[in-house]
Amino acid sequence: MDLPKPRWLLFLCLIAVVPASHALDEARQQTLKHLLVQDCGSCHGLWMKGGLGPALTPEALAGKSREYLVGTVIHGRPGTAMPPWKALLSEEEAGWMIDRLLQGVEP
Amino acid sequence: MKALISLALASVLLSGCALQSGPVERPLRATGDLGLVIERATGSVQIVEHSNNSSLARIEGLGDLSHATAVFSRDQRYAYVFGRDGGLTQIDMLQDRIVNRVIQGGNSIGGAISQDGRLIAVGNYEPGGVRVFDAQTLDMLADIPATPMPDGSRNARVVGVEDAPGQQFLFSLFDTGEIWQADFSQPTAPQLTRFENIGRQPYDALLTPDGRYYIAGLFGEDGLAKLDLWNPQQGVTRVLDGYGRGQEALPVYKMPHLEGWAQAGQLMFLPAIGQHRVLVMNAENWEQQAAIKVAGQPVFVMARPDARQVWVNFAFPDNQLIQVIDTQSLQVIKTIEPGPGVLHMEFTPRGEQVWLSVRDRNELQVWDTETLELVKTLPAQTPSGIFFSSRAHRIGL
Repeated sequence: MDLPKPRWLLFLCLIAVVPASHALDEARQQTLKHLLVQDCGSCHGLWMKGGLGPALTPEALAGKSREYLVGTVIHGRPGTAMPPWKALLSEEEAGWMIDRLLQGVEP
Repeated sequence: MKALISLALASVLLSGCALQSGPVERPLRATGDLGLVIERATGSVQIVEHSNNSSLARIEGLGDLSHATAVFSRDQRYAYVFGRDGGLTQIDMLQDRIVNRVIQGGNSIGGAISQDGRLIAVGNYEPGGVRVFDAQTLDMLADIPATPMPDGSRNARVVGVEDAPGQQFLFSLFDTGEIWQADFSQPTAPQLTRFENIGRQPYDALLTPDGRYYIAGLFGEDGLAKLDLWNPQQGVTRVLDGYGRGQEALPVYKMPHLEGWAQAGQLMFLPAIGQHRVLVMNAENWEQQAAIKVAGQPVFVMARPDARQVWVNFAFPDNQLIQVIDTQSLQVIKTIEPGPGVLHMEFTPRGEQVWLSVRDRNELQVWDTETLELVKTLPAQTPSGIFFSSRAHRIGL
């Protein structure tokens, strides 16, 4: 698992600050919402109130930057059970999911 | 004609009665073929039966069932459901109703029922520890806080709560790498034994069917931590050092479960973590004998009760598949595709059929384990765990 090189990091940050994307079609958004609730929910709870993973409610995420959160999804958190999702999700898709979390998600 | 009309009227009245809440009058029935299905997103459960493969009732109001499990009273009448939100719910499977329900913690992972059926132990993430309840009243009898974290912010989270002979509960602490043994022979004065430094991040545990070995899987390093309950003074020993994520530390999209793990003769079948493999360990020398390549990251590796077959389901993105392993040849003999989100499976007590929960298709599927063909489907709302009452009489389930 190579870490991104610095110029890539810059690139990633640039992508991450782009607001909610237009490129994700409705079907993909449905898939991502489903993934968020059902699969992220396996560790973080269907109501995002936490489990083996921490709570991901808007209150719990308050004060954390969007870039940091997207980076956590993409690269995981070494030493914890949070895996890197980059093999399955693009930056854009992770960003879309983070935006949903920041608004509050219900099953 | 008149007779027909009154018959129709009677059936309307009858079905009207059946819709009313509260205890339901039913013909006499026993409970050995009953089961409980968790409907995770709606906080409901279904009561099912596997003699004719049908659903008998739905019970709502069980809270957050994101990660829910159930155990059964020894008379197989009551189910105890452990919910993610700390809810402990006692269900009467003959009267289709909630008998008792307490919110005993803030965030729970599962639990166990004692050897004598009188105690229910619940493992909690928040507050980290184990709480033990009277199975009849759900009154709390003991509160066992887990080890505090070094920064004092909270206690370690508890995983792998199992019952063991001698009125014992065994459990592991994810954050601090411990196994605790709680002897409840004197329910008001439990004896605790702590085993420290058992390895990093135990994530789940199993008990061998004879109740002798408690084995915790490690997430934070390779290997399993084994405690011989016949010789606890020997302490926890490490086995299967090749077990785990290996050098590459592959991403793990879903924690494997060790419950329902499989043993056939001297061979034990375990999910590898992160790898697309089922590991085969020889229980005579506790060494790896083989590794079977499978279609994805295994989650549940469960033996048919006669242990001739092992059925495996997988983490996202391969969770639409099931693979069946022949335990004699150690080969995958069939790959089936029940549909997206196969979360759990449960064999009938003698194993001629297996029920699968197919979450994203909102359905339960019953498969014949000899022909490996689909027998029946039943509707269910985002089903996850399936638990048959035959678990009541098995150690460590």
